[in-house]
Amino acid sequence: METRLLLGDEALAQGALDAGLSGAYAYPGTPSTEITEYIRRSPEARERRVVGSWATNEKTALEAALGMSYAGRRAMASMKHVGLNVAADPFINAALAGANGGLLVNVADDPSMHSSQNEQDSRLYTEIALVPCVEPANQQEAYDAAAYALELSERHSIPVLVRLVTRLAHSRAPVTLGPSRGQNPLSASTDRTRYILLPVHARRSYDRLLEKQEEMVRESETSPFNVLSLGSDRSVGVLACGIAHNYLLEVTDGRPAMPVLKVGQYPLPIRLVKRLAGECRSLLVLEEGYPYVESRLAGVMGQTLPIRGRLSGALPRAGELSPRLVAEALGLQATRGLPASPVPVPRPPALCPGCPHGDTCRALVDALALVRGTGRVFSDIGCYTLGALPPYSAIDTCVEMGASITMAKGAADAGLHPAVALLGDSTFAHSGMTGLLDCVNESSAVTVVLVDNATVAMTGGQASAATGRIEAICLGLGVAPEHLRVIEPLPARHAENVAVLAEEIAYPGPSVIIARRECLQTLKRRRGASGQGGAV
Amino acid sequence: MRCDILLAGVGGQGLLSVAAVIGHAALSLGLHLRQCEVHGMAQRGGIVQSHIRYGDAPLYSDLVREGTADLILSLEPMECLRYLPFLRPEGVVVTSSVPVRNVPDYPDLALVLAAVRQIPHHRIVDAAALASEAGSPQAANFAVLGAATPHLGLPVNALAASLDAAFASKDTRIREANARAFRLGVAAACDAAAPSLG
Ligand SMILES: Cc1ncc(C[n+]2csc(CCOP(=O)(O)OP(=O)(O)O)c2C)c(N)n1
Ligand code: SF4
Repeated sequence: METRLLLGDEALAQGALDAGLSGAYAYPGTPSTEITEYIRRSPEARERRVVGSWATNEKTALEAALGMSYAGRRAMASMKHVGLNVAADPFINAALAGANGGLLVNVADDPSMHSSQNEQDSRLYTEIALVPCVEPANQQEAYDAAAYALELSERHSIPVLVRLVTRLAHSRAPVTLGPSRGQNPLSASTDRTRYILLPVHARRSYDRLLEKQEEMVRESETSPFNVLSLGSDRSVGVLACGIAHNYLLEVTDGRPAMPVLKVGQYPLPIRLVKRLAGECRSLLVLEEGYPYVESRLAGVMGQTLPIRGRLSGALPRAGELSPRLVAEALGLQATRGLPASPVPVPRPPALCPGCPHGDTCRALVDALALVRGTGRVFSDIGCYTLGALPPYSAIDTCVEMGASITMAKGAADAGLHPAVALLGDSTFAHSGMTGLLDCVNESSAVTVVLVDNATVAMTGGQASAATGRIEAICLGLGVAPEHLRVIEPLPARHAENVAVLAEEIAYPGPSVIIARRECLQTLKRRRGASGQGGAV
Repeated sequence: MRCDILLAGVGGQGLLSVAAVIGHAALSLGLHLRQCEVHGMAQRGGIVQSHIRYGDAPLYSDLVREGTADLILSLEPMECLRYLPFLRPEGVVVTSSVPVRNVPDYPDLALVLAAVRQIPHHRIVDAAALASEAGSPQAANFAVLGAATPHLGLPVNALAASLDAAFASKDTRIREANARAFRLGVAAACDAAAPSLG
């Protein structure tokens, strides 16, 4: 049996490949990106002609996976937690239509917001969609979860959410691979009532989905991902979800003295929870993200048994868990290190020296100073968001992907001028195009600065969906050709770039200025710069 | 045997390559291994860290528990100071003396090095000097790795083999420079009798 050293993300991808996956669709987002990068690099995937595709956004990715599942093959869509907001519509409705070939939705949550704007917990989405969730605790389980969840998906004809968190997604451990299974044959669904969600069908689908819920609880109760182990210390029983179980084992040398329910599959295995509760005088819930399990238990058995966790204050409400926090919640002796040093100063991430976005930000700040007034820059998410920091201090907002052009439009409608939108080429394709059409339709006085570095730089340089077609898209959406300008963000062109920006900012209708220069990192990679010392 | 390490550095210094070399060496000896990395946003010139753990008994947590690290291996002197609460009182810090000053308020280097010298067990390595002696300024990361070998609990030869394998696809000049920097680091560690003399 072969063993490989894999990230949690990679283990899940390899597991899916070995389980006969036919297609992996994704939009990049930390910490989920390496799932699809692994598939796209994998020689096995290439040999087996597995589709490994960067989609325009998470919604198109999930819909493509749904279509592949409809055709009878095994498929998955991968995204970061906030990506599921974008894909929420297909996610929730796919649960009604169901899966034909196995369908996985892999979502990587980011507690502590290492690279995200919030720490939402994807397990809550599974309650809205009424689908099961598998939450692996380690890399081996991430590998095993893929085949298990695909099988579960096919057996019950239901999509399954696989939840990862940053520390599992981005940690490596040896993983033992299992046997590899062939792909499903093409066998498109013939069930129109299932896939045409007219109300008359959808009501029946919904009834079927509700009926499945009891089966899902039974699946959880016998799942290899949910394991009850008994212990002699009955003062507390621990529910340890996902990677929290590792921390529990770490601080108890692998032998917890108390009864423990390891939770790795939802809906909650009610009978196992009740058996655990019967074994002890209080409960402690260890979970990454929201106090999801804790709040449900508090409602059911909070009167009879003290329940501690993130809600009760035994653990912090926000941020990721750690061995130290788990040890504290268990009342174990602290292991103290050296005192913290007051010397280090923060080292915030910054634009690479010479980055084109820096030149665009400088030009934009100077152009806005020229026109004076109460102008605002509504930015989006990408490397250019770092223009928020000195020395640029070039942007005023950054809320979620796509909220640049549209917020600028609303502010312009309110009378704010200049209203500038700043967004990257990938974000434009992801969710900027529709907002631009809104601006064109209403001749809104919005100046769009589209920083085109020909890649998705923020997440490591993936291919960007609109590369080479941005002008055509803008013109197609109805931007007037004379207000579609292209500049080259370079220090030597600063004065002319400021002039172009100032002109378009003064124009009281929709205009787009494309600031085009390639990302230095992808440029370096393309030129095959030698990787001395640097990355393996 | 068990070793819990915190690797510290700044984006672009090749910290994850050092982690990969240690990890593959540990695996080649049949040890259990867990290694946690920082990807994404934090890499753009910001702080990079990795937790790496190996030993002959199973390991559970991907993160090192505070107060239990045996070693902080740092490619930058200010960076090692961030993680002192992770270091057990008898633990060792091995750090490069060469600052990366990409922030305007970087403290006075003398102050930074004085703080390192207050750590009971420390070794400060002039990684830039060793790397240029090796013929490649980019190989400074492996000079620091070499200097940390007395505290890794892994045979030097296993690490050298892992280093060579990691760059197997690269040109021999690069591989030789990496190997020289690593050996110079090893030698520098042998010269000093105890780490606190560094
Ligand atoms: C809904 C959602 N999906 C994915 C991400 C992760 N993410 C942040 S910025 C970004 C794209 C950046 O690309 P682009 O707009 O071209 O800017 P660049 O980084 O190349 O400058 C991605 C994928 C996110 N924050 N939100
Ligand atoms: S990765 Fe590319 S786009 Fe991002 S800061 Fe560096 S040069 Fe600029």
